[in-house]
Amino acid sequence: MPQEITERVIKVMATILHRDAASITPESTFEELGLDSLDGIHVAFGLESEFDVDIPDEELPKLKSVADIVKGIQELLARKGAA
Amino acid sequence: MHRRVAVTGLGIISAIGNNVSSFWESLSQGRPGIREMELVDRSQFRFQMGAEVPNYDPLEWFEGRETELLDRFAQFALIATREAVGQAAIQWTPELRARTAIVTGTSAGGQKSADDGFYEFYYKRNKRVNPLSVPRIMANAGASQISMRYGITGPAWTVSTACSSSNHAIGQAFWMVRSGAADCAIAGGSEAVFHFGFLKTWEAMRVVSTDTCRPFSRDRKGLILGEGGAMLVLEPLESARARGATVLAELAGFGMSADAHHITQPSVEGAAAAMRCALADADSNGEEIGYINAHGTGTAANDPAETKAIRSVFGPHAERLAVSSTKSMHGHTLGAAGAIESVATILALRNGVLPPTANYTTPDPECDLDVVPNVARETRVSAALSNSFAFGGLNAVLVFRSVNG
Repeated sequence: MPQEITERVIKVMATILHRDAASITPESTFEELGLDSLDGIHVAFGLESEFDVDIPDEELPKLKSVADIVKGIQELLARKGAA
Repeated sequence: MHRRVAVTGLGIISAIGNNVSSFWESLSQGRPGIREMELVDRSQFRFQMGAEVPNYDPLEWFEGRETELLDRFAQFALIATREAVGQAAIQWTPELRARTAIVTGTSAGGQKSADDGFYEFYYKRNKRVNPLSVPRIMANAGASQISMRYGITGPAWTVSTACSSSNHAIGQAFWMVRSGAADCAIAGGSEAVFHFGFLKTWEAMRVVSTDTCRPFSRDRKGLILGEGGAMLVLEPLESARARGATVLAELAGFGMSADAHHITQPSVEGAAAAMRCALADADSNGEEIGYINAHGTGTAANDPAETKAIRSVFGPHAERLAVSSTKSMHGHTLGAAGAIESVATILALRNGVLPPTANYTTPDPECDLDVVPNVARETRVSAALSNSFAFGGLNAVLVFRSVNG
């Protein structure tokens, strides 16, 4: 499951950022990828559609890497499943 | 020719007042007009609060038939103009009408009418949109309606530079009167933001506060959108005095800059450059400035950058001037912001009272200026700045001087 989520996250990021998916790894940080805050909200928008979740405004600034996103999406999906 | 320029009329409609006196009462009492939004279905939004003009009924201001042609933003432009022109008590002649300029600012123009029309078409599958859509939607509708209403035949146009729109508009009108290109000007801006599509685009930017608007406060969570309009009447100081008009303030300087940096992140250098240009245009070394009506949106990014920019322009004098964000009360009215905040700045100069930054709770070391927290302050200042910094990095700053005494 985390593996599948990671792959989907990377695919969304690659599409939105117009870069090769192979250049994004689970360990990549936003800094390494050169993302600014506007890229951040754009990626969040893509992830919300992909996973049918809502990423709260206050959570977004806490995300600094692909691993953070995967963890956050897992939590949101778990909360959704429990609801 | 280089004439001094007087402000002889002010008009406003906003969340905290439908005219200049009620607006000032709210400002001087630090009373915000930020409430739960009523013009849209709040359950569809992450944020719930807005600064709407409360209980607004167009039929209190216009004939029913007139409203058919007027988007809400154009109504606000006309309402503010009516008050400003009334206060200035201009004696219109055909010559003056031909020598009067109209410059309006708006960010979204009549997008509400576009939103309503496209909803009919895309969602309800109606085959047609309202035939008055184009004249309602066009961003210059405010300027055109003003010109028709008063028979003004001089230069008239509309500026759209997002949140700096009406400062750019007022500044250009000011330069026209100062240079002699016009003998009178009506300048300002208006905005109507509370419709579904437009609010959704702001929600997606994730800059709208889920709380209220707390500029310069450490716990600030973003901006609160507001609607309204404000207009200024400008004319040469000498002829205003000669005709016995009440001079409310002198508009003394205007400065512009572009960040050339980032489409949404502010730049300290860009903001500072606009303030420096405005001071230079007013022939001011900055020491006379006692108050700054800040751009002060209450976003994470703006407030520290604006603080740094003010420090960089004013050096040690930054410790001696007061800075407040009245957006904490009337909301961020985007293309109307510069005009509404010009009215606030002029009234502060005239009344010797500095409006506060409302909703302030906690100092932020990154925003360590004197921000006049929560309570207005009786202080007479001789000159003031009003800052506007737009998304897209386009900055516009005005300098006003007191004419008291």
